[in-house]
Amino acid sequence: MSVEAAKMIGAGLACIALVGAGAGIGNVFGSYLQGALRNPGAAAGQTTNLLLGFALCEATGLFGLVIALLILFAF
Amino acid sequence: MQINPMEQFRVEPILPLHIAGYDVSFTNQALVMCVVVAAISIFMVIASTSRKLVPGRMQSMAELSYEFVGNMIHSAAGEEGLKFFPLVFTIFFFVLFANVVGLIPGVFTVTSQIAVTFALAMLVILTVLVTGFARHGFGFLKLFVPKAPFVLLLLLVPIEVISFLTRPISLSVRLFANMLAGHTMLKVFAGFVIALGGAGGILSVLSIAPMLLIIAITALEMLVALLQAYVFAILTCIYLSEALHLHDHH
Repeated sequence: MSVEAAKMIGAGLACIALVGAGAGIGNVFGSYLQGALRNPGAAAGQTTNLLLGFALCEATGLFGLVIALLILFAF
Repeated sequence: MQINPMEQFRVEPILPLHIAGYDVSFTNQALVMCVVVAAISIFMVIASTSRKLVPGRMQSMAELSYEFVGNMIHSAAGEEGLKFFPLVFTIFFFVLFANVVGLIPGVFTVTSQIAVTFALAMLVILTVLVTGFARHGFGFLKLFVPKAPFVLLLLLVPIEVISFLTRPISLSVRLFANMLAGHTMLKVFAGFVIALGGAGGILSVLSIAPMLLIIAITALEMLVALLQAYVFAILTCIYLSEALHLHDHH
C-alpha cells in the first residue's frame, strides 16, 4: 500500500472520533430536556451549564478532525 | 471544475516586508484583524458619545452587551472576577466580530487560524497562572490536589495536571476547528452548486438544492459564531474563577 493511500485511510479513521462526540452531545441535550421538562422552573438557570457541556463534548470530536488534518497536511 | 475548499485559509502577504530575516509582511489576516478591531472601536465609540438617560438603539446595544458580559463574569467568577472585565469583554468581542466578519463571503476568517486562537488561549492561561501565583503563592498548586483519600490522589493529581495542561490546546482547537469545519463545509457545498450547475439539463435545475442548503448552513454558522465566542469567554471566566478561588468557590 502506498503512503498516500494509507494517509487517506488514516484520515478517514480519525473521523471515528465523531461517534463519541455525537453520542455525547446527544446525551447533553437529551439530559437537559429531561431535566427541563420535569422542573421547567430551574431550566433557565442551567443554560450556561448546557452550553458548557456541549462545548466540552464537542471539543473531543474536533480533536479527531485535527488529527485527520495533521495526517493529511502535516506529514 | 474543481475548487479546493482549503484555498480560503491561505495567508497571503499584501505588503511584503522582511526585517532581520523575519517575515513580518502585512497579510490578509492582519488586515481583517485591523478591520475587526476598528469595527468594535467604532461601534463602542459611536454608542457612547451621545449618552442619554433613555438610551437610543446604539446605546442600548452597547449597554446590553456590557450587561451580558458583566452577568457572565459575575455568575462564573463572582464579584472578584469583575476585575477581569476588560479582558473578558475584549476577548468576547474580538472573537465574536472575527467570527461574524469571516462569514461575509470572500472575507478571510481570522479565527480559522490556529496561530490566532492559540495566542488568545495562551493569553488567557498566562493570565490565570499569573493571577493564581500572585494571589495564593505556591498555594496555587493546591488546585491540582482535590479533597480525596490518599490512594485516590495518586490517580487524581496526574489527571488534574494533564487536564490543566491541555486547556490552552482544547480552548484554541475548539474555536479554530469549529470555524475551519464550518467554512470548509460551506465551500464543499458551493462546489456542488458549481458542479451541478455546469452539468446542464435537469442537473442544472437540481443545483438549487445545495444552494438552499448553503443558506441554511450559513444561518447555522451564525449561531456557531456566537456560541463559540460565548464558550470562549465563559471558559475564560471559569479558569479565572479557579485561579481566584481555587476549589472552594462552589
